[in-house]
Amino acid sequence: MPKCDAEKNQPKLGVFKFTSCDGCQLSLLNLEDDLLALGQALDIAYFPEASSKMNPGPYDLALVEGAITTEEDAHRIRSVREQTKVLVTIGACATSGGIQALRNWADVDSFKQVVYPSPHYIHSLKTSTPISEHVHVDFELWGCPIDKGQLLRVITDLLAGVQPQVPVESVCLECKRRGNVCVMVAKGLACLGPVTRAGCGAICPSMGRDCYGCFGPTEGARKGPGFPPNTTSLANYFHSGLQLIPVDVLRRFRGINGYASSFKQESERWDKKT
Amino acid sequence: MKEMKGFVALRDSGLGEAVASFNSLASQRGVCRAGFSLMTYERIGEDLIVCLPGGSHLAPSVRSPYDVETLVPRMRGIGAMAAAGEIGVLSRSDVQRIFDTLSSKGYRIVGPTVRDGSVMWETIQAVSGLPIGWRDHQEPGRYRLEQSGSKDLFGVVHGPQSLKPFAFTPREPLVQIERSKDGFTARPTPPRQEKVAIIGARACDLAGLAIQDQIFLQGEYQDTYYATRREGLFIIAVNCTRALQTCFCASMDTGPCAKNGFDLALTEVDDQLLVQAGSEAGSDLLSVLSLSPASQELTREGALRVDACAQSQVRRLDRTRLPQALYDAHEHPRWDDVAARCLACANCTMVCPTCFCHKVEETPDLTRQNSAHARLWDSCFTQAHGYIHGKNIRPTIKDRYRMWLTHKLASWIDQFGTSGCVGCGRCITWCPVGIDLTEELSVLLKPSEQRSTSSRQQEASGR
Amino acid sequence: MINPYLIHPATIMEKIREADSIHTYRLRLNDEETRRNFRFTAGQFNMVYLFGVGEVAISIVSDPEEPERLDHTIRSVGRVTSAIAQLQAGETLGIRGPFGQGWPLHAARGHDVVIVTGGLGCAPVMGAIEYIFRRRLHYGSVKIIHGVKSPRDLVFHERFEAWSKRPDTEVLLASDRPDKTWRYHVGVVTELFERVSIDPPKTMVLMCGPEIMMRLGVPILMRRGIPATAIYVSLERHMECGVGLCGHCQMGPYFLCKEGPVMRYDLIEPWLGRVGV
Repeated sequence: MPKCDAEKNQPKLGVFKFTSCDGCQLSLLNLEDDLLALGQALDIAYFPEASSKMNPGPYDLALVEGAITTEEDAHRIRSVREQTKVLVTIGACATSGGIQALRNWADVDSFKQVVYPSPHYIHSLKTSTPISEHVHVDFELWGCPIDKGQLLRVITDLLAGVQPQVPVESVCLECKRRGNVCVMVAKGLACLGPVTRAGCGAICPSMGRDCYGCFGPTEGARKGPGFPPNTTSLANYFHSGLQLIPVDVLRRFRGINGYASSFKQESERWDKKT
Repeated sequence: MKEMKGFVALRDSGLGEAVASFNSLASQRGVCRAGFSLMTYERIGEDLIVCLPGGSHLAPSVRSPYDVETLVPRMRGIGAMAAAGEIGVLSRSDVQRIFDTLSSKGYRIVGPTVRDGSVMWETIQAVSGLPIGWRDHQEPGRYRLEQSGSKDLFGVVHGPQSLKPFAFTPREPLVQIERSKDGFTARPTPPRQEKVAIIGARACDLAGLAIQDQIFLQGEYQDTYYATRREGLFIIAVNCTRALQTCFCASMDTGPCAKNGFDLALTEVDDQLLVQAGSEAGSDLLSVLSLSPASQELTREGALRVDACAQSQVRRLDRTRLPQALYDAHEHPRWDDVAARCLACANCTMVCPTCFCHKVEETPDLTRQNSAHARLWDSCFTQAHGYIHGKNIRPTIKDRYRMWLTHKLASWIDQFGTSGCVGCGRCITWCPVGIDLTEELSVLLKPSEQRSTSSRQQEASGR
Repeated sequence: MINPYLIHPATIMEKIREADSIHTYRLRLNDEETRRNFRFTAGQFNMVYLFGVGEVAISIVSDPEEPERLDHTIRSVGRVTSAIAQLQAGETLGIRGPFGQGWPLHAARGHDVVIVTGGLGCAPVMGAIEYIFRRRLHYGSVKIIHGVKSPRDLVFHERFEAWSKRPDTEVLLASDRPDKTWRYHVGVVTELFERVSIDPPKTMVLMCGPEIMMRLGVPILMRRGIPATAIYVSLERHMECGVGLCGHCQMGPYFLCKEGPVMRYDLIEPWLGRVGV
């Protein structure tokens, strides 16, 4: 990973939005005091969500939110990549296609007919795809939304010229380190924690509910170094142990990160059983 | 050794005579309870220790060549209880006195508390904080609490937490590092010592803590963080009188009767609690409580129930051929089978009372002027655990499950002279897909014609 | 109580380039008392720390009799080592250590020494070679056998050249694939084990490199009469603590940070080559 160009003044940051809800950009704004410190370390050159100041590239670091769902998106991300040294995706949409990737298993034209009075004004692609299907991505930050602590760590690592690193282990480790009771074992909830990567701090199980996989699959996640998580065993247990009918098993995996490869494969396996 | 009133040591063959003697004694004294209900025994090799009123008139031919005192240290049931010292009795309504005495001595009291469908260690002020009347039902991958309507204080055997988090905490700050003119300065961030009294630890928990003590305190390096937390602990054990489906401490020789490692041990017998001390601090507390001594009948009844708990355990783990048999099973096809079910989620290692793997985490602040090192519970099921520069020693779930089980049940013996498993059964209950190590081991120790896929795997990966 | 987690700052006195991505960092502990009390043996390792990034286990390759100078040869492959590679002389690293068991160089006195290394993993044994040459009279003949995949992997070329000119010393090099310039053996390094002249009863072997080389190579040496108890290997596993507490460095029943990284072959033999161990 190239070191950010800190010599001439400050490294330039661009924050770019594609098809998304803006929640991950809000995580950046929610850094509050740390954001001020970040503003001193970085030149926040382009961040329309926060400022009307829009300086042109090139950028040392681009944070990219959102999935590619239109021709215009697909064109613009190539332009962002060309102007950027280090490109980091932030959030589920940019990293795996997001919730809108549900359209990848459906017929977008029929949606348009149902929703819009003048569907011919709507120009969108038939699929929602992650940034990495279009351009090279230097680092992927998962989550819906991302964890602001992880974001800060990745930025400070990059500023220091260090390869960023976030844990790829399961949510269960964070969950049990927090002293939670397993919601799957004690309540019979169909929790995705065992196959979902840590990083959120086990928010949902800490509130007594099941993880729905918003940080994406553990280690085997798309470009991860390891093997894909054992979604098959978990899905089988949802069905045989927790009595979920096949369509409910499918829905567990076809969620916010449903288009991430191992979740995608699992839901498609259950698609055949419904 | 305290005098062992009421206990006799017999040869195996003497049991018949002991029963006859008991029955005649019972009829003489008008005791209506039939059979063994007042007589309990424990087998130690070829010898028996029998708790028998008036046993002195038994024929010398049926007596054991060993005396009671020689055999007692090898007992885990009745004898261990009686041998541990004077046994006092406390009525259930007076248990609050233990709490009050501990509080006055400056202890924070921690006990099992109903939370989120299980019991967790929480700070409690009073007996009412205990899971009164609740019972736990555990089976592979499933935990449920049920209110029985009884007044039992310790009807719940255990929740997911052992004693591990008290001394080996999930996250322990180690060192604070600050940048300075000539580099940096580092200073340790030891924990504050706190007096914590834990009420409700089980024999398996004590066994787990003893193993962790061995790792963190009795090796070449004594871990100061662990030691500081450990020193502040006052442990009140509870002897188990009810076994879960997942329990197998009897086969691991760790329970259900607390042998050592406690300050006080309680045995709940209906509305009475037998109280015994296991340490100097425990004896001190006992003398403050000034309890009346327990009757022989009550002691015997408590012993009987603990013994019955051992007898009722449905799971067991055959240790006779360990460690070698498991080393030899390295290519067994069962590893492929279990790997197809295992999620590598690490829950088994998180709930295990003995698992000690940890990683050191570096957390710099935004300005990169300060950084902190902390150790976090880690697990051999994570991707990073087997990582060395550019490759992973254990890339597959099969490698990781095999590493875990082989370490726990085999190499642990070579490393520490004891099994890494204490038979608490938590890894069985808290596995989200209900993998049962006792079942896996029994299959793994059966010879198989097939070989596992390792050799093929090895070729494919070029290792 | 000693706190093995406490990090001691050390200044990079010199950064010596060995190859494209390999540098030797000559470190000096900043605190005078720590520096005075620091003792190590060849083959032991330190946990080397970079502020804000993390730690990595690296063997000490300098001479144990000059413990105020601590050389660590580091190849940038991972996150921490790549960040260390950006440092220059005068900057600060941290050290915890020394940890583990080193080479039995004292026991090897009076013996012929065969040193076998493979690939890029030869740094741990470089210190041992230098140690022996500085005390050359105490040892019998020295054979250095080194194998690489291709000639451009031969990073310490000059050192091998220099050693080969020393008396009673033989340097044998092998490359799996040759190029036009390669003057040495073509083939796998274990083939050289058949050729090297050895006197088994008075030979001790020090070996460092890929485990497959040990697994395939040691039986050849043993067939030639060297007992497994005279063969020592340096092994690698992930390490977090350095004192046998963190659990990562296990290889069968051994904690390599404590009982290793140098292990006598007969002890580790049952575990070498076992998948996932």
